[in-house]
Amino acid sequence: MTEQSLETRDMLLNVGPAHPAMHGIVRIITRLEAEVIREADVEIGYLHRGFEKMSEEVPFNGVIPYTDRLNYVSPLINNMGYCMAVEKLLGLTVPERCHYIRVLMSEISRVCDHLTCIGATAMELGAFTVFLYMIKAREFLWELVEEVTGARLTISYCRVGGVKADLPGDFAGRAQEAIRQTREVLKEVDKLLTRNRIFVDRMKATGKITQEEAVSYGITGPFLRSTGVSFDVRKAQPYAIYDRLKFEVPLGVHGDNLDRYYVRMEEMEQAMRMVEQCLAQMPPGPVGVSPETGEPIPAAEMVDKAKRGEIHSIAGRAAVTDPTLEGSGQSAHPAIGAAEKRVFLPPKEDTYGNIEGLMQHFKLVMFGHGIRPPKGEVYFPVEGANGELGFYVVSDGSDKAYRVRVRPPCFTIMAALPRLLQGDMMADVVPTFGSVNMIGGELDR
Amino acid sequence: MFGAANFLTSKLESAIGWARKFSLFQYPFVTACCGMEYMAAACSHYDVDRFGAGFPRFSPRQADVLFVVGTISHKMAPVLKRIYDQMTEPKWVVAFGVCTCTGGFYDNYATVMGIDTIIPVDVYIPGCPPRPENVLDGLMKLQEKIQAQHSRKAVLPAQRFYAPKPAV
Amino acid sequence: MLPSQLCEALAARFPEAVLARHTYRNDATVTVRPEGLLAAARALKEDPLFQMNFLMDLTAVDYSAFGKRPPARGAFPSSGVEVRPEDGVPDEAPWPGPAVGERFEVVYHFFSWPLKHRLRLKVPVGEALPEVDSLTPLWAAANWFEREVWDMFGIRFRGHPNLKRILMYEEFAGHPLRKDYPVNKRQPLIGPVN
Repeated sequence: MTEQSLETRDMLLNVGPAHPAMHGIVRIITRLEAEVIREADVEIGYLHRGFEKMSEEVPFNGVIPYTDRLNYVSPLINNMGYCMAVEKLLGLTVPERCHYIRVLMSEISRVCDHLTCIGATAMELGAFTVFLYMIKAREFLWELVEEVTGARLTISYCRVGGVKADLPGDFAGRAQEAIRQTREVLKEVDKLLTRNRIFVDRMKATGKITQEEAVSYGITGPFLRSTGVSFDVRKAQPYAIYDRLKFEVPLGVHGDNLDRYYVRMEEMEQAMRMVEQCLAQMPPGPVGVSPETGEPIPAAEMVDKAKRGEIHSIAGRAAVTDPTLEGSGQSAHPAIGAAEKRVFLPPKEDTYGNIEGLMQHFKLVMFGHGIRPPKGEVYFPVEGANGELGFYVVSDGSDKAYRVRVRPPCFTIMAALPRLLQGDMMADVVPTFGSVNMIGGELDR
Repeated sequence: MFGAANFLTSKLESAIGWARKFSLFQYPFVTACCGMEYMAAACSHYDVDRFGAGFPRFSPRQADVLFVVGTISHKMAPVLKRIYDQMTEPKWVVAFGVCTCTGGFYDNYATVMGIDTIIPVDVYIPGCPPRPENVLDGLMKLQEKIQAQHSRKAVLPAQRFYAPKPAV
Repeated sequence: MLPSQLCEALAARFPEAVLARHTYRNDATVTVRPEGLLAAARALKEDPLFQMNFLMDLTAVDYSAFGKRPPARGAFPSSGVEVRPEDGVPDEAPWPGPAVGERFEVVYHFFSWPLKHRLRLKVPVGEALPEVDSLTPLWAAANWFEREVWDMFGIRFRGHPNLKRILMYEEFAGHPLRKDYPVNKRQPLIGPVN
């Protein structure tokens, strides 16, 4: 016994695809030497749902619901990225208010994403309270999102050329209230986590990556910024109205899990500041009922009158529509969508009240009709919650996209995961995987 | 004499059903978007703990209810089947979200058209994703079902089900 | 650098390799021969003129059905009128279209963080021998991207260290994003084919 050293052997340990400490389905095969990971292999694809193939089968606006389900924690950013890519292909500009609405909603989405990411990471490290708090804050924001879009999660709010509907009348007040509540929660979480010995010990110096490696892997977003590279699409190549907003890009130093936590916490604050600025700068929305057009009338009545040819009694009047269509009427219409009639649906009053509007509506929604961009290819990047989210759209001039490719931000981060895990302990898989913020829908599409 | 025995058995069965339905240990098999709504339903705002189902077990061997939350792809299907097989009787399956019910709008090469082609399902909760209220409704439906089940019959639900072809 | 200048600069460096270039919608795009890919990519990465340190995206397009997709069968055929871009949008040159004759195009998107410019590089790949050089020696990001292109399109990458399927399972036959793969042809591992 004294002469012989203990036999050491490498052990292969499989983690996943359904594993308790991992939110998301991914398989990690590790080669362990004692408790240290010498090598790791990551297998993905368990949530491959054929997004890119489906996008070739449906009309341009029909892709929007599929984009919701890419990064389902921040669907508004995906919507915006896809719509702006198609708008670039069409050569279309959208009204200013529409830009503000999109930016505002995507910043709210970003907060939701980081809340979920940090909450889930903390839960997997044992801090269940933080998770409950974070989901509570997310619920405040989701109620706000629901107020605007009609859905909590898969919202399909953007349209090519605009957004579905204007913000509700009392939105600014509610948004400020939700932000105040979220800030309170974040303050509590900050107290619970930032100086928590257990949390800091497990996050610090684990999952480290250098700047050069991160760039070589094509990593973007908060993950890249934790290494100190200040690349943010919103600053580098500002789109929409990001050049009019004042915000800072938080940077880390070490590129470890703790820095990623710091970066995400600070990004939430910056995103909420951007929401406030949008609310302050936004051009005014619809003015409501104007005296010369008269009181609004119910949609069904308007349809009946239009069928009977009583055009004069309905001309210029607003329709009282279904709640799901609220905010898309003629008063809001010029502010939320492009004027191009071959792209954006007409206001409901036109659809109900005159033949031109009805035809325009049908020409856009009927099978085989719809938006027909010119032949061409474009790539449009936006800053998603995980990094650069780019859409590459190829059109052959028909009503369906020839190819839609999404550049998924967490794909490149997951590609670096074997490298991140190498040399760390087995227990460090959990915080590292948490800070990657792997979102299955986006990773596997 | 027969009557008294039947009376006792049925009382016992309803007591077992009552006990079972309020101590659901669930296994959340979270794959996709629906997981976000599952989190929302499980946390403070909607709180499934009110229904005795607040304690997720992340081991199939300790769970009663398999919550299949999110799209199941063909790559994932064998894993799901295996997890179902690892669960001990009595067990129930909830199909959470329309992708698990029918495949949803992912009618393509990658996606399983409803998990009931692989494992038996007790409660279907449609919605893309279902709202938390809808989830709670489904959970209560499952409780009703558990209450009404005969304990001996409930032991072998898999036998009532068409056994799928093994992988070649 | 402006997109047009980028294209010109790359074309000046590799006059034989560059097949075509355009700046449709202000996206600098250069098509190069497969033989010239590695040299061009290396120059993009290392030349101080370009400094493309990010390989942002790598994908492919199957052009075999381009312009040949049957129109949707409906009661009222569409007039097929395309949307024209608004005034002020640069539309000086129409899109030249895909490279003629070859089925696939591998598409690379590069980004330079120091210089804040982007470039799209396209490589036509034939159906008979779908193979191009791997960019894994230059960018680590190419590893998984190339595996995905192999999985989805069946294009091989010469010199790739681990070219195997990534999103689909090994038992899957065919490459789903090819235009001749039917959208709902399923190959289940267990359960019925439906």
